[in-house]
Amino acid sequence: MNGFRRTLSALVRTPQGAIGLLLCLLLLALTLFGPELAPRDPEKFHFTARFAAPSAEFPLGTDWYGRDLLSRVLAGSRSTILLALLATFIGTVAGAAIGIVSGFLGGRADEIMMRLNDALMAIPSLLFALLILSVLGSSSINAVVAIGIAFTPGMARIARSVTLQAREFDYVSAAKARGEGTAWIILAELLPNVISPVIVEATIRVAFAVMTLATLSFLGLGAQPPSPEWGLMIAEGRDHMFRSPWPILVPGVAIALVAISFNLLGDGLRDALNPQASS
Amino acid sequence: MSLGFLLKRLSSLVVTALIVSVIVFGITQLLPANAATMILGEYATEDALATLNARLGLDQPAWVQYWHWFSGVLHGDFGISLRTGQAVGPTILSAFGNSAILALFALLLVSLVSIPLGVLAAAKRGRPADMGVSLLSYLGVSLPEFVLATLLLAWLASPAIGLFPASGYVPFSEDWLRALHHIALPVLTLTIVLTAHVSRMVRSEMVDTLESDFVRAARLRGLSRKRVLYRHALPNSLLPAITVIALDIGYLIGGVIVVEEVFSFPGVGRQLILAIQNRDLPMLQAGALLMAVTYAVANLLADLAYGVLDKRIQFE
Repeated sequence: MNGFRRTLSALVRTPQGAIGLLLCLLLLALTLFGPELAPRDPEKFHFTARFAAPSAEFPLGTDWYGRDLLSRVLAGSRSTILLALLATFIGTVAGAAIGIVSGFLGGRADEIMMRLNDALMAIPSLLFALLILSVLGSSSINAVVAIGIAFTPGMARIARSVTLQAREFDYVSAAKARGEGTAWIILAELLPNVISPVIVEATIRVAFAVMTLATLSFLGLGAQPPSPEWGLMIAEGRDHMFRSPWPILVPGVAIALVAISFNLLGDGLRDALNPQASS
Repeated sequence: MSLGFLLKRLSSLVVTALIVSVIVFGITQLLPANAATMILGEYATEDALATLNARLGLDQPAWVQYWHWFSGVLHGDFGISLRTGQAVGPTILSAFGNSAILALFALLLVSLVSIPLGVLAAAKRGRPADMGVSLLSYLGVSLPEFVLATLLLAWLASPAIGLFPASGYVPFSEDWLRALHHIALPVLTLTIVLTAHVSRMVRSEMVDTLESDFVRAARLRGLSRKRVLYRHALPNSLLPAITVIALDIGYLIGGVIVVEEVFSFPGVGRQLILAIQNRDLPMLQAGALLMAVTYAVANLLADLAYGVLDKRIQFE
């Protein structure tokens, strides 16, 4: 826990880290309680107040059915932020597992795994996610799986390169000499040393996951109507964009805000965990 | 740069292309709907399905089908689109040409804008100019292409302002002025997002260079700030900038897909999305393969440019 506290205090000492941490905690609270905080029913039509600009009654305006945009964005925070976290988690765990095992085994097995990995990395990640979705079919949860799989090769590469360094340390040789099992060495000796670069990378990836998830929904391959997912809200708002900018502006700003928060937190974490880079 | 290095990189490009083709083909094989079912509809008789399957070669083992497809691709034959019934090759190649126009214009503008911005930010480190560039690039990095594209569209192409057409495409051979007018908004979107990425990287490379020993030595020799910046630091930061731009071609390809969809621009990205929505296998395979190979070739070109420009690098 001492290491955690040290990282935290180093984190809040960098401006990006402090702002990023604060914003991310706020967003997380919003995700957990957002739907309950929504002042109105996000699905309720108000036909007398269609395309309303922000006012006391509708703080962020309304859409083409007169639905309250603030309530819709709050309701959609779960399907955007939580699912993006889930996608990142899938990619991180799968990638770290592949990378650590490959780096630990070394030799022929490592070479074959990394060759395949490089070939997968040669496909641009949005294209990769699109290909996976074409097999799985369009839905929110399939989009999450697709992003998770598309993130895996990049994460595996990072985890492997850190493992290669950690493998050379004396305590790993000592554990081998003591006759510890492979699983034990990987979990108890290697994982704690590999985890911090992986966490930094994962934090930066969250921003990317939020943007990709929204992009897939925008393209009609993720969340389906009438979900208040932010990318989908923008896709639907396009039909009415020349009548009122609010239905696209509000979810657009929400996506950018989430991405900025996680980018700041990721940069702050990188500086906190790697003091040389922050100078 | 030695011939051996060139051959090695070229052969690794071929291997990558082969593996990618297997992945693309493999993924489309997993699709639930069979092509014969797609063509004949779900009420087709067993006999009709079997006949068509045999005619399309779909009753053969997967590797035979792969070989048929792949040898066709090598001859420029990408099959017949299940959606339109026309040959995929000419459609996808003309779409590729359109996409390439978007991408090349964006790359050119990004190089012209992001390198000076990054250098400026690094030279004025910690001062308002640096803060401004950093803030803008943070914003750009955090704004997905589809959001920026839609906002630009809603603003600049609205009936009230009407600066640009909202969608469509005019070939350059027909009327280059109108062609430029039509690609302006998509290119602007791509340029803004990519500039944000690249100028951040150029800044951090430049900051590292400015702190290196040889720059300090140049300062100690009494050379002017300007001379040190432009003659010593800048050339050394340009090399990493090339790599950064090349790495961002992956983003650019993703961006092109999205931007084409927003502006209804007839490029590979639009064909790809249409193919996914309609489960048009041959078009999907061709589009995905073309994009993946373009990405691999771009990375190869960046490596070669690096080797030509940096005399110190000795590739084995």
